[in-house]
Amino acid sequence: MFRRTILSSVAAIALSAVALPLAAQDTLRIGVEGAYPPFSSKESDGTLVGFDIDIAKALCAEMQRECELVEQEWDGMIPALKARKFDAIVASMSITEERKRQIDFSDKYYKTPARLVAPKDADFEGTPEGLAGKRIGVQRGATHQCYAEKMFPDAEIVLYGSQDEVFRDLALGRVDAQLSDSLIAQESFLSAEAGADYAFLGGDHTDVECYGEGVGIAVRKGEDELREDLSKAITAIRENGTYAEINDTYFPFDIYGGRPEGQ
Amino acid sequence: MENLLSYIPLDIALIAENFDRFLYGVWVTLNLTFLSLFLGGLLSIPMAIARASKHRVFNPLVQGYTYVFRGTPLLVQTYLIYYGVGQFEVIRQSFLWDPILSSAWWCALIAFTLNTAAYTTELLRGAIADTPKGEVEAAIATGHSYRSRMRRIILPSAFRRAIPAYSNEVIFMLHGSVIASTITLQDILGVGRWLNGRYYLAYEGFITAALLYFLIVLCITWAFRGFERRYLRHLTRRDAAAQTETSPLPTPERV
Repeated sequence: MFRRTILSSVAAIALSAVALPLAAQDTLRIGVEGAYPPFSSKESDGTLVGFDIDIAKALCAEMQRECELVEQEWDGMIPALKARKFDAIVASMSITEERKRQIDFSDKYYKTPARLVAPKDADFEGTPEGLAGKRIGVQRGATHQCYAEKMFPDAEIVLYGSQDEVFRDLALGRVDAQLSDSLIAQESFLSAEAGADYAFLGGDHTDVECYGEGVGIAVRKGEDELREDLSKAITAIRENGTYAEINDTYFPFDIYGGRPEGQ
Repeated sequence: MENLLSYIPLDIALIAENFDRFLYGVWVTLNLTFLSLFLGGLLSIPMAIARASKHRVFNPLVQGYTYVFRGTPLLVQTYLIYYGVGQFEVIRQSFLWDPILSSAWWCALIAFTLNTAAYTTELLRGAIADTPKGEVEAAIATGHSYRSRMRRIILPSAFRRAIPAYSNEVIFMLHGSVIASTITLQDILGVGRWLNGRYYLAYEGFITAALLYFLIVLCITWAFRGFERRYLRHLTRRDAAAQTETSPLPTPERV
């Protein structure tokens, strides 16, 4: 009896391994993160929500393709794309030269600058000198890792698996400051209770070498058709108002071109 | 050589460039692993004695402790100490927070120590319980008190018997120490993940880390082989002697 159970489960696994690629051929599998609110996060019942998620769904509708969202931790995102766990990444991934050596990108679908966040009463400045010897938390494998290490060589760069963990340890005082997307910092930390005693430190950081030219959708190298379809779909939802609709449910201003003056 | 290397789909130059970081990672890993093994080992001795002697109060207490720490994953224990404890305002205000619980290194050390102490306790308890009856009886007959029996006869003999099994615990602890990288420490895996994250690579960091762990395990295995040869020699010699004494006829080929 026991042996039969094993045999049948082995057969089931073998079958599903054969069946999966066949069934998945027409569906477009999209890698998303799920730990980067308000762009992507998980509700308590496990459903994925957020700007990236809605954009991904809108693009699929625009391209008239069936889509499946695949969750993936951030620092394994590009390896998973290359290993064909999914076909595209819609996860707030900045288009940078270094990433372009590994993968291709669609046109940008938004662009926001990075900023430092520190306690309101911090006695240091957001400059390379001011942060010398300080601990700066950043998300591992994010553009901020590249920028923080380049811009603040005398600071100790502390790496985290997800942006949520960076904020958590900033609130506990385990790091002196953190560097992240300004919008993320505003929406999911500074405007929350945990971030009440914290504020932006210094101005915008936009460095083309590390931060690139905005956030795009990543596809494997050579998949030009998919890449162009995605770029066209982005233009289309910008024009037909779908983008604005999604944008307005999350943000008080258009994030496509970056923050307007005074924000 | 240049041509041969180009066939390997790895950015070897990048690994070589950052090798000093990996060496620092080796230091962090060894430091954490062996310090927690040492502290956990010290803690486990009284606990194992309490377990083996079925002490009325301490035995159930220690049993509960080993049950909890062997029953939950090390990752969960580490997260509870690193993220969980910090949620309490009382602890953040207390003397424990600033030098100790606010630091990832201390949190990892505490979690690893408590974990390995639980496993080592059970391992030692087994070794103590396995003490040959004759050794204990001889000790009693020669007038050893319980205390002196434990110190001079039972424990030394239990330690020796525990060596082969303990080498497993050392290797498990080394591999378990990768959990340090999930709470921001730059151990071997931490550096590998740093490299992957910094240059958006898939394999380079992990392969280098894997090779380094492999080398360390090789050294540990060698060391334990040496320990076994030195401290378990009385066992091997007796076997060999017994064989030659009891078989005057030429021994048949072993099948």
